[in-house]
Amino acid sequence: MRVILADDSVLIRPGIVKVLTDGGFEVVAAVEDAEQLLRAVEEHKPDCVVVDVRMPPTHTDEGIRAALTIRRLYPQTAVMVLSQYVEERYANDLISEGSGSIGYLLKDRIARVRDFLDAMRVVVSGGSAFDPEVVAQFRVRRNTDPQDRLSAREHDVAALMAEGRSNNAIAEALRISPSAVEKFLSNIFTKLDIPSTNGTNRRVQAVLKYLRR
Amino acid sequence: MPTVDDVTNEQENPFTTGRSVRHILAGAALSVPVGIVLISLLVLWLAAVLSLLSAPTGGAMLVATYVTAAITLPAAVLWFALEFARTHRERFRRSFSIDIPTPRLTWKGAGRHLTYHLIALVVGVPAVFLVLVPSAARRYAKADLEVARRLLTPGPYERLTQRVASLAQSRADVIAATDAERRRIERDLHDGIQPRLMALAMNLGMAREALAEPSPARDAIVAAHEEAITTLIELRQFVRGLHPAVLDDRGLDAALSGIAARAPIPVELAVRVEPRCPPSVEAIAYFVVSEALTNIAKHASAGRADVAVLRQDGRLHITVSDDGCGGAAMTPGGGLTGLARRTASVDGTMTLTSPTGGPTILMVELPCA
Repeated sequence: MRVILADDSVLIRPGIVKVLTDGGFEVVAAVEDAEQLLRAVEEHKPDCVVVDVRMPPTHTDEGIRAALTIRRLYPQTAVMVLSQYVEERYANDLISEGSGSIGYLLKDRIARVRDFLDAMRVVVSGGSAFDPEVVAQFRVRRNTDPQDRLSAREHDVAALMAEGRSNNAIAEALRISPSAVEKFLSNIFTKLDIPSTNGTNRRVQAVLKYLRR
Repeated sequence: MPTVDDVTNEQENPFTTGRSVRHILAGAALSVPVGIVLISLLVLWLAAVLSLLSAPTGGAMLVATYVTAAITLPAAVLWFALEFARTHRERFRRSFSIDIPTPRLTWKGAGRHLTYHLIALVVGVPAVFLVLVPSAARRYAKADLEVARRLLTPGPYERLTQRVASLAQSRADVIAATDAERRRIERDLHDGIQPRLMALAMNLGMAREALAEPSPARDAIVAAHEEAITTLIELRQFVRGLHPAVLDDRGLDAALSGIAARAPIPVELAVRVEPRCPPSVEAIAYFVVSEALTNIAKHASAGRADVAVLRQDGRLHITVSDDGCGGAAMTPGGGLTGLARRTASVDGTMTLTSPTGGPTILMVELPCA
């Protein structure tokens, strides 16, 4: 799978390239700002971009804006956004486009190499992978929402699904049986009004609906 | 033999004989014409007023002239007094390089200016004879400066007003500088130590993946990897606490989700801040909520907390409450005392109610006009 990396830090860029390469990804370009990223995407049409949020020139949310542009121009390209801090507001921007193939993780997570590569694969195959920290921030917002209809356990399951975990991984994390997970999932789909005939990935639809305010 | 002290004194002391003499002569030369003009204006004014009072004879034109004179002459006197006070200030500046601050235009100030011109005429002109005795000339020049400092400068009320204004400004500058410093440290850590540590953790992670077989070397790498990750997490939390970048970028509401989510108890967050407050107020509001939630987590044994931030009538109202055990108090050096101090630094107010048994309610109001 062909990947483009955008990160302005010369200290980390080679490390991420190595992690991705060792994990079986082909890094076709590694650039240092959003402008170069957009040009490289146009040139290489990669399967996935990995992009840092804070990049030159203003070091605020360049990566988010670049990610949104890529979503709009190249909907087939998966986007993995990395950042030293995750913010619910940025995640909200990312899911506003309403499609899967999106990840938003703390940069620290790359150090857990295998977990990071798993998340990359989830995102490239159309799923979503949101950092537990950002999911927790969404839950704060949900707590305040009187419209919220999910039970506490359903929240736990939905949160883990948003992190990109498989049913088995969710079952393991919550110490419940896989069939119990299935039951919670079907409750979540019903409560969030995800139609069963929907051709696109129901999990992705549920995650986006769960996270969106 | 002059000592070092004498030399410095001589350098610092502007009252040399030559300067003093020049100062006295210039003063007299200025005071005589100014005095004559001022006295003539006053006499004319008195004459006009007296004529009006003693029912003036003559035509309507004459009455009109008297009335005009009675009204305009005081203004002319004032203008003259203030204008030539500037010349006197210039004289002090040239003679001794001493600045005498200019007051704002007030009746009291004008009266004191006139008094100075009077003294300059009555005392200053005869004082020209003192130039014959150098020590007396120097002493007179010093006395003149004292008098000018009393009469040509702003009064105590105005001085205090100016002082308050300059202190308020410098305090705001200090707060802004502190904020800027926090931002700089955040940026430095973000660009330097954090990526370095991250590269280290990544390499250890790759080494860990490469060594599948259990061995003492692998154990050591696993331990180092875990340690590096823990350090990264601690550093990240510390750096975000310094000054979250999202606060500048998206404002208070966005920045508060982060701290609410990290609190170990459920936090309900209601933020309505439109339009955004100045950056220094946003920063303080952020730290108020952050510190309050930290305190609740540490001491309150609460099951939940509520945070409300509302901008209304030019003030930002922050309320943080919990259902914990209460009994919170401001102790010297404690977190709440620090909050009270930061709040006061922008003329905000802080009230804490925390009866034993709870609930605890912390209310902070910050001006954000």
